[in-house]
Amino acid sequence: MSANAPADNKKVKTPRTPMPEQPAAERVKNFQEVTLGYTPEMAAIEASRCIQCKKPLCRKGCPVEIDIPGFIKQIVAGDLHEAYRVLRETNSLPAVCGRVCPQETQCEGSCILGKKGEPVAIGRLERFVADTYMASDACEQLTGDHACSLEREGLKVACIGAGPSSLTVAGYLSAQGIKVHVYEALHELGGVLVYGIPEFRLPKAIVRKEIDAMRAQGVEFHTNWVGGKTITVQDLLDQGFNAVFIGVGAGLPKFLRVPGENLIGVFSANEYLTRVNLGRAYNFPEHDTPAYTGKNVAVFGAGNVAMDAARTAKRLGAERVMIVYRRTEKEMPARLEELHHAKDEGIELMCLNAPVELVGDEKGWLKSLTVQKMMLGEPDESGRCSPIACDGEFCEIPCDMAIIAVGTGSNPLIGQSTPGLELNKWGYIVINEETGETSIPNVFAGGDIVTGAATVISAMGAGRRAAKEIARRLIG
Amino acid sequence: MPSRILKKRSLIPGQTSELTLEAPHIAAKAKPGNFVILRVCEGGERIPLTIADTDKEAGTITIVYLVLGKTTAHLETLKEGEEILDLCGPLGKDTDIHKLSGPVICVGGGTGIAAMHHIAKGHHMAGNHVIAIIGARTKDLLLFEDELKRFCPEVLVSTDDGSYGHKGLVTEILEARLKADPTIGEVVAVGPVPMMAAVARTTKPFGVHTTVSLNSIMVDGIGMCGACRVSVGGKTKFACVDGPEFDGQLVDFKELSSRLSAFKVMEQISYEEFKKSHVCKCSCR
Repeated sequence: MSANAPADNKKVKTPRTPMPEQPAAERVKNFQEVTLGYTPEMAAIEASRCIQCKKPLCRKGCPVEIDIPGFIKQIVAGDLHEAYRVLRETNSLPAVCGRVCPQETQCEGSCILGKKGEPVAIGRLERFVADTYMASDACEQLTGDHACSLEREGLKVACIGAGPSSLTVAGYLSAQGIKVHVYEALHELGGVLVYGIPEFRLPKAIVRKEIDAMRAQGVEFHTNWVGGKTITVQDLLDQGFNAVFIGVGAGLPKFLRVPGENLIGVFSANEYLTRVNLGRAYNFPEHDTPAYTGKNVAVFGAGNVAMDAARTAKRLGAERVMIVYRRTEKEMPARLEELHHAKDEGIELMCLNAPVELVGDEKGWLKSLTVQKMMLGEPDESGRCSPIACDGEFCEIPCDMAIIAVGTGSNPLIGQSTPGLELNKWGYIVINEETGETSIPNVFAGGDIVTGAATVISAMGAGRRAAKEIARRLIG
Repeated sequence: MPSRILKKRSLIPGQTSELTLEAPHIAAKAKPGNFVILRVCEGGERIPLTIADTDKEAGTITIVYLVLGKTTAHLETLKEGEEILDLCGPLGKDTDIHKLSGPVICVGGGTGIAAMHHIAKGHHMAGNHVIAIIGARTKDLLLFEDELKRFCPEVLVSTDDGSYGHKGLVTEILEARLKADPTIGEVVAVGPVPMMAAVARTTKPFGVHTTVSLNSIMVDGIGMCGACRVSVGGKTKFACVDGPEFDGQLVDFKELSSRLSAFKVMEQISYEEFKKSHVCKCSCR
């Protein structure tokens, strides 16, 4: 019997505690959160399923290495305060991660219980603990203490961008008493957490609370400051910042390069989601930013962003929403939970179809979509079976709105304004993998501007690595 | 960060005004060709406006707007001393300004004259001889003539109705000027899309490099959303980070003008609602 084998076979058979959620028929009419969270009883039952492995594989599966058995043990013991403290040791945004991490491929994907049955619902437990503590004082959440005067004399670090990677750096360093200033280009803080991820998956109030907690810890936030434009890396070094962290995310949306892409009614997922999430276009005309929704909406791509865009279009009144994807459901990169939610909400999956042309009317508005049938071939370098076009098999589908969610390229603003910053051939920032440092000393980078579009948690992992190195250099 | 309105000057009553805004961090960096994105109030829309002038010492920037929809109408209600909620910039690439062997002709139409003014000033500072050609429907709608005269040896005017200057289009003056002077080094045009398209058509036979500044729809203005995409030389470019200035001969103006109409209906709804609530406030005496 190995060290990781379950000690008690009965526990394995306890089914995973389901997550209460808004019924699909209801939730497609609103933007409120889909999943409702565990009650204390549900959390206690689910936590007791954890067998407290001596060598926890789940922890290795987590990019920020949360002490997962540690916090779950405290839930079982009924000490939620301690559970929260354990979470916070390595994760600055537990309420966010509990909601949007791809747990099935990370912590839960590594859970030993998953070998024979269902893994412990680690993400749901993380969310439960974080949400319980959301209710308490922000400063106390972080420090366990009402006094927040942690400043170390003379040390200051700047973060460019206020998304998950920068927030992690800010949370980590400010907890060590280092003054952190965060510069954000948009008028709201949170980066992709607020402009990209819809309210029904991650309420903005949750993000705001996490940020408030950092503010209480002394982090200063500056909105409407564009990194590379309003302020450059050199400006920050000249102003005496001991280190600069660049966490500006992935920028430029990618398009399909098929005819008709600039027709009216064709949006990038970033535009559509930014209009709705940041501009609150679902509340037009009370809020001024408009976003229309067609009757028949096609979404290209099958990642989380595509699911978010499709489900948003449904909520804004689309009759038919199709995910048009070149491969099959099996290869879809979205979180399983989000894929299920989308299907429950009536989103159609049109697999093995590749868009070849967007067709417009005489006024330049999108009216239909031509797709080509595909089949799967041998696995490519991504490990997934590559799609191959079936000769001559085309189909025209009526469609008056299309959303392109096939990823992003690197944003040029920081690169253009930072002489000496090494970029790779795709324009992403080159870093030392161990420390997160760029080619400029004491300038660090992490998240999507280094890796290209990835997940919130991987950006946080990168932020954590850089923050650890910055702290080591500044305070030893 | 919020930005205080230090000075407001009505250029065309009820329609076009000039605001001098306190924005030292933007003024310090702003160059000709740059723009800002602003949001007037909570719940407001982000809109791009070109920077018409800067004063680095005073820490101010100047913007000029035409009341077209709700956001600009709301802006028009603000008074000196009041604040704009969010002002973000400077955005966009700087105008490529260098010493030219011949004069540069800067063409401006409508509110575009204000944006053109900043570019013309930049050319003047670089030591270029600047010829300004400005046009409007009628004399009362003409902007920045006096400002341009301060540094442009020639300011040529056209009005559609002939109430002032040449009766007709700016392109007619432009064509005559290009014919008369083969040494013209560059033409810059800022104004309504049909005007910029006409300028590009006019300069084409003369082979003079023509720069246009595009006013596409934007959301973030930092290269994230792709709303501002334009076809330039058959390639998709983002006006916010690749522009807003492009080679006029390569721009697909037809597509640009079509894309600008995308939200017309919704913009009208929003504006009508605003007018209703605003008129109500003013008339309830």
